[in-house]
Amino acid sequence: MKARRSGGRLMTLPILVWMTLFVGAALIYVVILSFLTRTPEGFGVTNAFTLDNYRKLLDPKYLKVLWQSVRLAIHTTLICVLIGYPFGYFMARTKGAWRGILMLLVIVPFWTNALVRIYGWRILLMANGPINEFLKAIGLIEQPLKLLNTYGAVLLGMVYALIPFMILSTYASAEKMDWSLVEAGRDLGAGAARVFFTVTVPQTLPGLLSGCVLVFVPSVGLFFISDLLGGATEALAGSLIRDQLLKSRDMPFAAALSVVLLALTCVILLLYSRAGGKSSNLSLF
Amino acid sequence: MRKNRFAPVYLTLVLILLYLPILVVVLYSFNANTSRFTFEFTGFSMQHYEGLLKDTRGLLAALGSSLKLALYSLSLSVVIGTLGAVGMAKRAFRLKNAAETMISLPIMIPEIVLGMAFLAVFTFADLPMGMPTLVIAHTTFCVPYIFILVKGRLAGMDPALLEAARDLGANERRAFFDITLPLITPGIVSGALLAFAMSMDDFVISFFVTGATTTTLPIKVYSSVKMGVSPQVNALCTLTLVAVAVLAALSNMIKRRT
Repeated sequence: MKARRSGGRLMTLPILVWMTLFVGAALIYVVILSFLTRTPEGFGVTNAFTLDNYRKLLDPKYLKVLWQSVRLAIHTTLICVLIGYPFGYFMARTKGAWRGILMLLVIVPFWTNALVRIYGWRILLMANGPINEFLKAIGLIEQPLKLLNTYGAVLLGMVYALIPFMILSTYASAEKMDWSLVEAGRDLGAGAARVFFTVTVPQTLPGLLSGCVLVFVPSVGLFFISDLLGGATEALAGSLIRDQLLKSRDMPFAAALSVVLLALTCVILLLYSRAGGKSSNLSLF
Repeated sequence: MRKNRFAPVYLTLVLILLYLPILVVVLYSFNANTSRFTFEFTGFSMQHYEGLLKDTRGLLAALGSSLKLALYSLSLSVVIGTLGAVGMAKRAFRLKNAAETMISLPIMIPEIVLGMAFLAVFTFADLPMGMPTLVIAHTTFCVPYIFILVKGRLAGMDPALLEAARDLGANERRAFFDITLPLITPGIVSGALLAFAMSMDDFVISFFVTGATTTTLPIKVYSSVKMGVSPQVNALCTLTLVAVAVLAALSNMIKRRT
């Protein structure tokens, strides 16, 4: 028994050391960094403790950026629920080989480079791109519509990049659903809508909740989508962190912004577990 | 059961939207138009594929670095993640839950926070940005996928098998290689495939820890398409799409068999 224990200890050594160093310590360092002062020049920091980085966040200019990011994340999540939930539900009701094919069809774009898929939308939405050309050809419009570099384009890109998480997550819980309860409800005279809201929704709620977390959390950091589809229409937290690091070279302020995003993630995960969500549902694979 | 006519229509419609941008990328890789800023379809041509193959220092070199990076980080993370999952299953200690949460953190927090953390730590340690920093970063976010999938396989394993092996005189090493390893291999393989895809796809984290000398494929794609359009990117993407489709079909087959 003793030998088994020590074997386990030796085996877990690499993972514990590696992850403590590059995840645990790295994140703690970011938190510390957010309370330090930057040196007037270069990328350096001095050890002087300050709250200025957080005070700076209260500037309306930055508050607006944070609010816009949260708003975009909320809109993205809502649309993903509206489109992805029915998809996952119908997929779970599909029989036989079709279900496997659907699964594959959902996963393949998920595995292709996200940048490339966003680039595809960029081509589609261009002033002389296929969508405008098509609308012109059928005579609906005469001048090309401004599709690219709008809030709508960014939202589209976000939903597009993250919806597979919602689909797979709702599918996972719809697949485990007890369909006999639905039939029982119908046999007892409840209408389709009533059965849906009193039987189906509660049973698929775990998948819906984990899907929301899986869409909401990454959406605050995907700065390349607003770069490629939104132009400069809207500043987001992700792009702000990037600019602070690579343009202004202000590491402590970037750290403070990261801490805010981390705190936001913690709040979301806390709400998730309060609502009865299990952490095991958050890993889809 | 009532037949739902709406479902197939809905599923098809969403799938069309899901594939529309990918189809456009593929279609325009055969465009004869060479302009950097407009994208009118002027005719069928293979010139962008020829251009892609000739320009070995551009996108192809970036693809090479990405494959090398994925290979290095995958080898490291498969060993670290598998050993970690097997070891964790044997151990019971006070902070075990906290440790397991920490291991899965990289895939729970926004990528940009992780990218920022790596940049800060590497700057602090005065490491020059390049392939080594990229490998550290990629290994760190690949480990959780391997760890979680192997852990899942271990949880479904019958403990009596190991006890039987031990009772029959196998030592711990033998029991691991003869019993545990074959049983968790599907978990390792699907974890590795997933980690490979994530490593090849990663842009946000790489963006922060890459140096002037190493350019990964997503970074190269980003800088090529940010200002205008780049038909060679379309050509390369079409080629990688074929590879990904094969990979996805393969992993589905492995999953089906287990």
